[in-house]
Amino acid sequence: MTELTLAKAIGAGLRRALQDDDHVLLMGEDIGDLGGVFRVTDGLKHEFGADRVVDTPLAESGIVGTAIGLAFRGYRAVVEIQFDGFIYPAFDQIVAQVAKLHARTQGAVQVPLTLRVPYGGAIGSVEHHSESPEAYFAHTAGLRVVTPSNPQDAYSMLRLAIASNDPVMYFEPKRRYWTKGEVDLEAVPLALDKARVVREGTDVTLVAYGPLVATALDAAEAGADEGISIEVIDLRSLAPIDFDTLEDSVNKTGRVVIVHEAAQFGGLGAEIAAVVTDRCFYALEAPPQRVTGFNVPYPPAKLEEHFVPDLDRMLDAVDRVMGRENSLTNWVAR
Amino acid sequence: MRTGLTETSSPQLSIAIDEPIQLLTPEGVRIEAPEYDSWVEDLGDDDLLAIYEDLVVVRRFDNEATALQRQGQLGLWPPLLGQEAAQIGSARALRKDDFVFSSYRENAVAYVRGVALEDMTKVWRGTANSGWDPFTVNMATPAVIIGAQTLHATGYAMGCQRDGVDSVAVAYFGDGATSQGDVNEAMIFAATFKAPVVFFCQNNQWAISEPVGVQAIRPIADRAPGFGIPSLRVDGNDVLAVMAAMRVALERARTGGGATFIEAVTYRMGPHTTSDDPSRYEDLAEREEWAAKDPITRFELYLDGLGLLTDEARASVKAASDDAAKRFRAACIALPDPEPMSVFDHVYSEPNANLDRQKREFAAYLSYIEGGTR
Repeated sequence: MTELTLAKAIGAGLRRALQDDDHVLLMGEDIGDLGGVFRVTDGLKHEFGADRVVDTPLAESGIVGTAIGLAFRGYRAVVEIQFDGFIYPAFDQIVAQVAKLHARTQGAVQVPLTLRVPYGGAIGSVEHHSESPEAYFAHTAGLRVVTPSNPQDAYSMLRLAIASNDPVMYFEPKRRYWTKGEVDLEAVPLALDKARVVREGTDVTLVAYGPLVATALDAAEAGADEGISIEVIDLRSLAPIDFDTLEDSVNKTGRVVIVHEAAQFGGLGAEIAAVVTDRCFYALEAPPQRVTGFNVPYPPAKLEEHFVPDLDRMLDAVDRVMGRENSLTNWVAR
Repeated sequence: MRTGLTETSSPQLSIAIDEPIQLLTPEGVRIEAPEYDSWVEDLGDDDLLAIYEDLVVVRRFDNEATALQRQGQLGLWPPLLGQEAAQIGSARALRKDDFVFSSYRENAVAYVRGVALEDMTKVWRGTANSGWDPFTVNMATPAVIIGAQTLHATGYAMGCQRDGVDSVAVAYFGDGATSQGDVNEAMIFAATFKAPVVFFCQNNQWAISEPVGVQAIRPIADRAPGFGIPSLRVDGNDVLAVMAAMRVALERARTGGGATFIEAVTYRMGPHTTSDDPSRYEDLAEREEWAAKDPITRFELYLDGLGLLTDEARASVKAASDDAAKRFRAACIALPDPEPMSVFDHVYSEPNANLDRQKREFAAYLSYIEGGTR
């Protein structure tokens, strides 16, 4: 076991993948000498050379498109998209090509790409640097979408993502890059598509992923002080979603709150609420609740604390499903 | 001027326009082109006749596919009429281990690569989203998103570099695609990494209804040098000139010279697809001009001049094309409809619990409906 930050754990996973498979290569902007704007690839170009840690032109579509061509020759590219908000120029190559090539060719072509995307807000940055675009990709057939919340998962899930023969969008919770944790580099990882119950509880299921798992755990701790037992689930995989684990939890608690930074409308919270309602209808004591970003462009830094769900907003929703007094108790919708 | 702007008194700077490389005049006269003659001098009588047969077969096949669409056997078809020389000449220059990434009109290229004719029509008949296994013929199935495949070709070429092989990737695309960001990004990547890729642009003068002037106010071949990629402008209706240019480009790529851009100047003599209505935009005089430069007529005249087109040779080529068309028609009509449950196949290469549940639910629905319980 070694103590690593989440960013260093990803770096360790990349190093291991480069060592183990000479068909793995990294592509991205500023990932060479600079080590990436978050230093995730620090030292890797020096160690593996410029042919395997490739500083590319500043063209996201070009990076993903050439990575596809490399896949036709058996290469396994790990692409770094510098920031969440920079992924849109590559949207066509990801959605129309990466996601569909395997099905289009009736299985003849595999695109074992890993797309690393630092995402999420609360880092005091400017527009396009704090977004949560995961739902676009979770909605797209052919892609797998995952996101770790801690250093151990960051390392293990990255290795599974790179090893996967399907394309994997690997969303990195950038505001947790500096979170430290013990990492066992030889640990047998939990399967990539499994959710994890990170805190057991009996009253409410709180579903979170990526950067909000830590906040959800804090909320559960605070809830316990008020006598509410909150079970926290770290989804880990956003496509597919491990609904079996959610079903078991909600059948036990009878209440569910789903949290994410991404905007609410058409988001993952809606999908989870629909499936949980379908599968746990008779166990539910209250309608599923969502605590999410609003359907607004990501706000300027001075306002982001109001946009990104925090502990208080999570507990307010917990109060709602518990039938306790909450912000909407005397609110009239229409 | 097309833009409607009036002439200004701006300083006039001239940019030279190269005349397209030509080895055969539209009248079928072989003219000397010192820089390119040597690239086709190995072609013997049998080779010339084989090229001729290819040209005739693909035109016959292409017409048959259009007929099948008119008869309701295909939902849609994009004819390549007029572009036979550009496609046959370039594809015949390739080695088996080279790899083609094309758009959807390159059916003559696919033919040369060895794709079965009926497989090319699976997409248009609606029985599959692509027609063949790319690795059996070293040609990816067509990219419908314009220009996307140029990046795939460039990436493939970067893979060839890493593998230390001298295989070359070839991107086929049209004049419309040159406006896409992907094509421009592909040229940047190819130049930066000196990738062994050939950008083969068939400038057929039309992107559906938009004349090439909407995409480029200068010859398209002029763009590549700005990226650091040399370009050749070639008469796309001259099969020998196309083959020579392609061989030059392939040799450059194989020997570490990097990418080359070829603009094959040709003309789309048919509609964009069978759903198109060229009568709303076509320029009849221009079309007539190009009809006089027909790639097959020109090659016939050349072969005739060489004394190769004996009655026997003509009959043999006609029989081959009739036979190919007949077998194609039968095989196309016999393409089986896919099974409903096959929509779930190959979406992922690994198990996916969410999709698997949808699949099982749909299977239950199908057996419920088909079981007649409703």
